[in-house]
Amino acid sequence: MVDLKTEFLGISSPNPFWLASAPPTDKAYNVNRAFEAGWGGVVWKTLGEDPPIVNVSGPRYSALHSNDRRVIGLNNIELITDRPLQVNLDELRQVKKDWPDRAVVASVMLPMNEASWAKYIPMIEDTGVDGFELNFGCPHGMSERGMGAAVGQVPEYIQMATEWATRAASIPVIVKLTPNVASSVPPAKAALDGGADAVSLINTINSIMRVDYDSLTMYPTTDGMGTHGGYCGEAVKPIALNMVAEIARNAETQALPISGIGGVSNWRDAVDFLALGASNVQVCTAAMVYGFKIIDDLADGLSTFLDDKQLSLEELVGKAVPSVTDWQHLNLNYVEKAVIDQDLCIKCGRCHIVCEDTSHQAITSTVNGERRFEVIDDECVGCNLCVSVCPVDSCISMQQLTTGTDPRTGQTITDEVLNWTAHPNNPMRKTD
Amino acid sequence: MTTNDRIASGRLSKAEVEENFSDLHPPLNRSEALIEADRCYFCYDAPCTTACPTGIDIPAFIQKIRSDNVQGSAQTILNENIMGGMCARVCPTEILCEEACVRNTHEEKPVEIGLLQRYATDPIFESNTQLFTRAAASGKKVAVVGGGPAGLSCAHRLATLGHDAVIFNRDSKAGGLNEYGIAAYKTINNFAQAEVDYILSIGGIELRNNTALGDKLPLSELLQDYDAVFLGIGLADSNSLGIEGEDLDGVVNAIEYIAELRQAEDKTTLPVGRNVVVIGGGMTAIDVAVQSKRLGAEQVHMVYRRGPEQMSASVFEQALAQTSGVTIHHWASPQKIAGDGHVSAVDFELASGDETLRLDADVVFKAIGQKMRDDGLDVLQRQSGRFVVDENQKTSMDRVWAGGDCVVGGDDLTVSAVQHGKVAAVAIDQHLRKA
Repeated sequence: MVDLKTEFLGISSPNPFWLASAPPTDKAYNVNRAFEAGWGGVVWKTLGEDPPIVNVSGPRYSALHSNDRRVIGLNNIELITDRPLQVNLDELRQVKKDWPDRAVVASVMLPMNEASWAKYIPMIEDTGVDGFELNFGCPHGMSERGMGAAVGQVPEYIQMATEWATRAASIPVIVKLTPNVASSVPPAKAALDGGADAVSLINTINSIMRVDYDSLTMYPTTDGMGTHGGYCGEAVKPIALNMVAEIARNAETQALPISGIGGVSNWRDAVDFLALGASNVQVCTAAMVYGFKIIDDLADGLSTFLDDKQLSLEELVGKAVPSVTDWQHLNLNYVEKAVIDQDLCIKCGRCHIVCEDTSHQAITSTVNGERRFEVIDDECVGCNLCVSVCPVDSCISMQQLTTGTDPRTGQTITDEVLNWTAHPNNPMRKTD
Repeated sequence: MTTNDRIASGRLSKAEVEENFSDLHPPLNRSEALIEADRCYFCYDAPCTTACPTGIDIPAFIQKIRSDNVQGSAQTILNENIMGGMCARVCPTEILCEEACVRNTHEEKPVEIGLLQRYATDPIFESNTQLFTRAAASGKKVAVVGGGPAGLSCAHRLATLGHDAVIFNRDSKAGGLNEYGIAAYKTINNFAQAEVDYILSIGGIELRNNTALGDKLPLSELLQDYDAVFLGIGLADSNSLGIEGEDLDGVVNAIEYIAELRQAEDKTTLPVGRNVVVIGGGMTAIDVAVQSKRLGAEQVHMVYRRGPEQMSASVFEQALAQTSGVTIHHWASPQKIAGDGHVSAVDFELASGDETLRLDADVVFKAIGQKMRDDGLDVLQRQSGRFVVDENQKTSMDRVWAGGDCVVGGDDLTVSAVQHGKVAAVAIDQHLRKA
């Protein structure tokens, strides 16, 4: 089994799975249970100034469900810790003492004045925590008070607060970014410029889950009124992966270590984040849906995967980053066609109807009077929609045309690479 | 029947009988339905729909279950099959929609279409929600002979199309075999009558019970008084074995015993043989065998002259009989029913050779098929004792349509009878609007 021991900013943990700053890391009781279950580290739920904030005593969560009520996405309006600072500091100190091999990072959120940072950062560091994570991502409640995402959406503010934090801290500082921005790169750049050792992302996405179909109010509400929350869980992973990859492949930010967050539910999700540039991952929603036991599959699955691939964890990190590029650099001479494995086909016809109704009329429904679904190469643009909707794993695959001509376009297949920057249809093309 | 204990009532307690005659396939609750509905792939040109004799758009109704649009789902079902409630209970789905389900290819477990159909339709009957409206009155009147699935389906469709219908029903209740012929555990809580009531509630349908076609009500009179006639008279008479001893006491037509059972207020009052022999290999044979067992018969033997593949009872039904404790014998033909006044045994000749099989019997049920009762309808062209009809269910006679078990191609299924009635109604409508 590949050893999953991880060093992130010099903070070691037995595996790269940390619990994100969130309800599961609100107090020693939960964190002790997490460590007993095998989690590599925690980012303690965000600390703030006293007096502590107050949470609603009504619904804080609501979910997007599948029909069998599997949670696909989760929304929350919980704020930072609502316990007195000293209680948290005492527990942090004890937990770090009890679990010296685990990563214990303190998430913090403070007002936008340097005095606050100068006062609280040393006080928190004194507990023996391994690092700080600056919460510039919380999109609800705290952002109305000029903190959280209100900072994370303005690169200048990020840089300023990061400077205050790094000035006061002697341990690593991670900046947690909000996804509620057009691009993750400027905020990451600002964190770097402010002296951050790493970034973590994504925090949650602004969201309203639905309406109540009886009252026709938004759902859920607190005494009849609701407010947007932060969206997380499986559904947000693709958004998170893009934001991670953007930072990992951008020349100005690629040096920044990344802690990947957003919908990690199983080991495959972790592979996604690691291969796209994250050095470790943080998990919240999956634990909040199933409990801490999921760490078994996360760690075991990742280790087995690395064994199969004969890779170390470090070698996996960033492995897929070079394959991410801009659209304009995609090879427009490359041609694929869908191929349906007739032995695996169960004849549901979904590929046919989606291609017929919404795409390129490239899949038959009958052949010689028989119900049969075959790709019409003359029409297939290789779009992968049929692969996406087919209920049978591996039944439809995409195969590259390597010789001859593409029957759809009549173009000769060539090894020559042609992307948009040089394409004759591009009026702005680069010419030699 | 006789008073000795070879045939007796009350072999089981009321509680035992109640348990034995509870719902064969208990309905799905909402969670089960949503999870099962999620298994539907929403196939293009769905094979299940093609396999349904009434052509219900199955993926569409399942999609509506998924979105909690249960009434819309029921509408989708009942639009094509007004007896979608009964069919959800009695259709041999394993040889129809569920056999065609592509999930069979994927994982050898079809979507539970029958149970989902029941989930969608039950609330409509429970709340008596009228989903249908009638078109503007046409002033035309159609005689529907037979109050079974074919006749009820025809009358309902005619009513929605704006015509009036009078159903002439020979029994004291409508519903036909749904009311008198199907095993009790397939349609509990008097569902057959609830469905009849629902069908009639659309209006424009007059039901005349205890009124059979015959000398007092000849076809010619109907043709005089009505704009069109639909015949859904079923196969009222049972076939005979034509062997010695058939007239002994204790030799009973299965269909008559099932009718008695279905109408019994208290099933523990029914006479039940200790040793029961059922002759036949169809659904009726299974139904009478299983119900006898569930009423407390000690030995129930079902004997069929050919093999399991030739049985018209589905594999599921055969398995149901066997798990209910019925012994099934194949390749055995009845030769003689023995007894002195009352049956005591049946002798069978085995196809394998010169051996014979003797089974002790206190009751012998004949379930070897039905035939049409001769109601003076020999003016209509027939083939093998059933009416010849075209693709619109039109008979050889002007203004006369027919459907259900009484026509060539009838397959003894409620769902097929419903389709016949529906098709005939549409054809009658076209005819009446031309005239």
